[in-house]
Amino acid sequence: MRYQILYKNCEKIWGPLLAVRGVSDIPFGVFVRITMPDGRKKQGKVLQLENDLALIQVFEGTKDLNAKDTRIRFDYEPFRIPVSAGMKGRIFDPYCRPRDGLGEIISDETRDINGVPINPVRRAYPRDYIETGISAVDSLITLIRGQKLPIFSGSGLPHNEIALEIAKNAKIKDSSGNFIVIFAAMGIKNDDAMKYYASFEKEGKLDNVVLFFNLADDPPMERLIIPRTALTVAEYFAFELGYEVLVILSDMTNYCEALREISSARSEVPSRKGYPGYLYSDLASIYERAGRIKGVKGSISQIPILTMPNDDITHPVPDMTGYITEGQIVLSRELNIAGVFPPIDILTSLSRLMKDGIGEKYTTPEHPHLAAQVYASYAHAKNIRMIANVIGEEELSETDRAYLRFAASLEKEFIHQGTEGRTIDVTLMKAWEMLRILPRKELNKFTDKELEENYGGSR
Amino acid sequence: MKIYKINGPILKCHDDGSVKVKEMVEAGPGKLIGEVIDVSRSSATVQIYDNTDGLKIGQDVYGKGRPLSIRLGPGLIGSILSGLGIPLSTGPSPAAAPAVFNFSPAVTPEEKVFPGTVLGSVPEYGIKHCIMVPPGITGDLVKIQGGPAAPGDTVAEIRTVSGAIEKIGLFHDWPVRERRPFKERLGIAEPFFSGQRVLDFIFPLGRGGCAAVPGGFGAGKTIIQHSIAKWGNADIVIYIGCGERGNEIAQILEEFPELNDPRTERPLMERTIIIANTSNMPVTARESSIYTGITIAEYYRDMGYDVVILADSTSRWAEALREISSRLEEIPAEEGYPAYLASRLAEYYERAGNYLCLSGRKGTITAIGAVSPQGGDFSEPVTQQTKRYIKSFWVLDKDLASERHFPAVSWNQSYSEYIPDLEGWWLDNSKTDWAFLRQKIKDILQEADHLENIVKIVGFESLPDKQKLSILAGDLVKKGFLQQNSYDENDAYCVIEKQIAIARAITDFYDTASDKLKKSVSYYKISGLPAIEKIVKLKFMKFPSDEIENALSSIRGELIELA
Ligand SMILES: Nc1ncnc2c1ncn2[C@@H]1O[C@H](COP(=O)(O)OP(=O)(O)OP(=O)(O)O)[C@@H](O)[C@H]1O
Ligand SMILES: [Mg+2]
Repeated sequence: MRYQILYKNCEKIWGPLLAVRGVSDIPFGVFVRITMPDGRKKQGKVLQLENDLALIQVFEGTKDLNAKDTRIRFDYEPFRIPVSAGMKGRIFDPYCRPRDGLGEIISDETRDINGVPINPVRRAYPRDYIETGISAVDSLITLIRGQKLPIFSGSGLPHNEIALEIAKNAKIKDSSGNFIVIFAAMGIKNDDAMKYYASFEKEGKLDNVVLFFNLADDPPMERLIIPRTALTVAEYFAFELGYEVLVILSDMTNYCEALREISSARSEVPSRKGYPGYLYSDLASIYERAGRIKGVKGSISQIPILTMPNDDITHPVPDMTGYITEGQIVLSRELNIAGVFPPIDILTSLSRLMKDGIGEKYTTPEHPHLAAQVYASYAHAKNIRMIANVIGEEELSETDRAYLRFAASLEKEFIHQGTEGRTIDVTLMKAWEMLRILPRKELNKFTDKELEENYGGSR
Repeated sequence: MKIYKINGPILKCHDDGSVKVKEMVEAGPGKLIGEVIDVSRSSATVQIYDNTDGLKIGQDVYGKGRPLSIRLGPGLIGSILSGLGIPLSTGPSPAAAPAVFNFSPAVTPEEKVFPGTVLGSVPEYGIKHCIMVPPGITGDLVKIQGGPAAPGDTVAEIRTVSGAIEKIGLFHDWPVRERRPFKERLGIAEPFFSGQRVLDFIFPLGRGGCAAVPGGFGAGKTIIQHSIAKWGNADIVIYIGCGERGNEIAQILEEFPELNDPRTERPLMERTIIIANTSNMPVTARESSIYTGITIAEYYRDMGYDVVILADSTSRWAEALREISSRLEEIPAEEGYPAYLASRLAEYYERAGNYLCLSGRKGTITAIGAVSPQGGDFSEPVTQQTKRYIKSFWVLDKDLASERHFPAVSWNQSYSEYIPDLEGWWLDNSKTDWAFLRQKIKDILQEADHLENIVKIVGFESLPDKQKLSILAGDLVKKGFLQQNSYDENDAYCVIEKQIAIARAITDFYDTASDKLKKSVSYYKISGLPAIEKIVKLKFMKFPSDEIENALSSIRGELIELA
C-alpha cells in the first residue's frame, strides 16, 4: 500500500533539511521522494513529525529546490534496496542503482537498508582468519572472520592503495567457502574510483567484488546511506548465500562529517568538535553489523578506513571508532616517508580477536609466540634506536646492533612488500627470517621446541 | 493519549492530565514499551524503549498505571536479559529455567510475617532462592504450601492488618528506579577479592564498595571486568553489557558455561545474570539497563547473598542520558551532558553497599563500573562525576597498555580509600601485615620510577649498585606481580595466599639483596641469579603445588648462598 499523495506545502528548506506542512498518516522514519521544480528527483527520510509538519533529511542535498514548486511523496515503508547474486562485478550508487551503465540487475528480493540488529544471543564468536596478503597484518594484526578492524590513516597516506591491495589479494585459507569483497567508497576521488575498477578488471577479480561509489563530487548526504546499503548487500551474501564477506568502508571520516552537518542543521547540542552526541551509537549501528550468526554459514568482516584529522588519534572519529571496533591498524607517516608500503605501525596496531583465530588449529602452532616475539623485539629495537641516536651506534653492544639490523630489515623487507601479495606461509617464513637476525638467546617468547624446529638451520 | 510529535525515541502526546510521571506506557499498534518523562495539564512527554520507525501522529499511547518494573523470582540466574529485563534468548538455553520450582517452606502458619521475612526457598542451581514477603506487606501467615509451584501459583497467604488476604507467589514486580528497602546500612569491613593482584593487594575494594575503571579504548576495561565476573569471590554476578560489543556478550555465553567457579566447582553461568544492551540496540533501553541490573542485585542481596555488579560501560549509559536529554531540548551542562548526570550516577552507586536486610540477613552489593572517557581524557564529566561516588579508582593507562603491560592499572594514578577499612580483616584472617607489605611494594615502584627518569639521561651503567638493584626490584614487581595474563590458565586469577607468597618472595629478595650489596657482593652477581627468572615465573605456577613450593625454597636458597 503506497501513498500517492503529492504534498506541495513545502514550508522551509535549509542545509540538508526540508520541512513540509499539511501531512497526515505518515509513518516515522520512512523514505521520501522529492520532485524538484525541474522534474528531477531526490530522496530523503523523515527525521521528525509534529502535528502536520514533517522534517525531512534530503540525501542528495537541497540545491535547486524551491519552496513553491517542490513536490513530496512519502513511501509507506523504510527504504529498501534490491539484492541479488547477480550484483557481483558491478558498480552501484548508494541507492543500489547501477552506475556502470551495464543495465538493471534482476532481483526478486528487496531489503530494508537499516538491517535488523543482531541479537547478541544469536552471535557466534569470531574464529578463523582472513588472509589479507599483507605480512604485517596477517602475522601480527590478524583479521578474524566476523571482526571489525579499522585502518587509522592520515591525509596523504596510502590507505586507498592498501584497501585496493587487500581487496585484490584477500582470501580465505582453503576453498571452504565462497569469498567476496564489498567495497563502499564515500567521497573518494573520481580517478581513484576508476583505478579501483580498472585494477579489479585487470586482475580478473571482478567476480569477487561488489562496488558502491559515492564520489567526491556526489552529494555528501548520500554518504549516510552508502555503508548501510553495502552492509545490506553483505548480509544477503553472508547470511543468505553463505559467503565469507569482507566489507571495506572508505573513508568513514567523510561519513562522520555528513552526520555532523545534519546535526548542526538541526541545531542539536554537540559533544566534541561539533560532532553529535550520538556519533558513537550511529557508528555502532554500522560497525556492529559485522559478525557471525550461530548455525548460519557465512560471516561479515569489516575494514573501515578513516583519516585522522591532524593525525590526532584522540579526534572523535578515530576515538569513537576505536571504542567500537576490535582493534586497529595504524599507518605511520614516518614509515611512509621512508618508502615503506604498506606503512603499518605494528606497535600501535592491535587485533583484539587474533588470539582466537590463529595458532594450532588455523595457522601454525607457534604463530601466537611468533607475533609476541616480533612485537617485543621490535619495541626493544626502537628503544635502542633512540639510545643510538643519542650516544652513537659505536657505543652499542653486539646484541644491540643486531637489534638495529633486525628493525631495519623488518621495516624494509617484512613490513614493506610493495604490491606483492603474500600467502600466510610466505609471511610466517619471512618473519622467522627476520628473527634469525637476532641471537637465539634473545628469543624468549618461544618454547625450546619451537626454537629447535624453526630457528635451528642458520645458527 | 494521542501522539502529536515524534522525535526519535521521544514522543509528545495530548493528555487530559491524568497520566503520571514515570508511568509505564505502551505506544502504537506495536505496543512499544515506554515511560512518561514529564506531564502537564494537557500533554505528556514519553520516551520509548524501542525503535520508533513506523509510528504515526495521532496513534494511541496507553498508560499502564504502574511504573517501569521487572519481574523478580527464580529463573533469573543464567539468563540473558534486555535493558528492560526481558529475556533475549527464546530458544532452549543452557540455563533454561524449569517451569515448576520445588518450594520448601521455612515458616509455619500463624506466624507473624513482615516485609522480607523468608517464607521458604526454591533451589536455583547451587543456591537457595529465598521467597520473601514482598516489601509493603505485614500480617499473619494463614497458609503456606510446600511442593511444586508454577509461576502463577500461590505458595502462601497472609492476612494483613486490614483483614485482607494477600496471596504470595514465587514472583513479584518491582519498579526498577526505586531502591528496595532494607533495615540498615553497615560499614565496609571485608575485602572483595577480584583475583587480580594489582587490585586485591595494591588498590583493594571492600565488599559493598564501589570502584570505577576508567581507560581509553583498548586499555583493558572489558578484560578486567570479564576477569572479575569469572573469578571475583561473589555469590551472584550481574554483568551489564551497556552499549558495548555484541561479540563480547557472545564470548561470555561461550566461555562461562564451560568454566567453573573455583570456590563451588559449578559452571560460572550458574551464578551469572547478563543484561545486554549492545551498542546496536535501542539507546533508551541502555539508560534503563543499569537500573534493571541493580534492582536484581538488590533482590539477591535481600536473600543474604554477596552480589557484584559490573557495568561496561557507564559512559555509554551517560551518553544515552545525554541523547535523551538533548531530544527533550533540556539545557545542557558540560559537554552536552544534562545537569542531573551527577545525581543519576550517585543514585546508582549509592545502591551498592553492605546491608542488614529486611530479612535480618546480611548481604552486599559491590559495584564496579567501566568509564570510557572521550579521547582518553580523564577530565571529562563522566570520569570526574563518577569519582565523587566511588572509593577505588583503577586507572588504565594507555602507555602501559601499548607496552602490553596488562592489566594496565597505573600505580601512580590509581587509588583505594578502603585500606583503613580492610586492615583489620587482613590481620585477623591472613596473619599477614598486608598494609606493611603493600607499602613496601609501592615504595619499590616509586623508587624505580624515579630512577628510570635518571637512566634516560645518564644511562643505566652510571648508576651506583644500590640504585641498579632498585630498578631490578621495580622490574620484578611489574613483571612478576603487577602484570597478570588473563589468557594463562594459572595466571588468569590469583588467590590471596598466592598473592602474599609472590609479594613476599619479591620483597624478601630485595631486602636480602640490599643487605648483600652492603656486604660488598656485586650487583651483577645478584642480577645474574637464576632466582630472578624464577620469581617472574611464580605467577604461572599452580597454587598450592609442590612446584611453587620448590621454586620458593630454591629462591630462598640462592639468596642465602650469595656471598
Ligand atoms: N589482562 C590482560 N591480559 C592480556 N591481554 C590483555 C589484558 N587486558 C587487555 N589485554 C589486551 O588488550 C585488548 C583490549 O582490551 P579490552 O577489550 O579489555 O579493552 P577496553 O578497555 O574494554 O576497550 P574498549 O573501550 O574499546 O572496549 C585485549 O583484546 C587484549 O589483547
Ligand atoms: Mg571494552
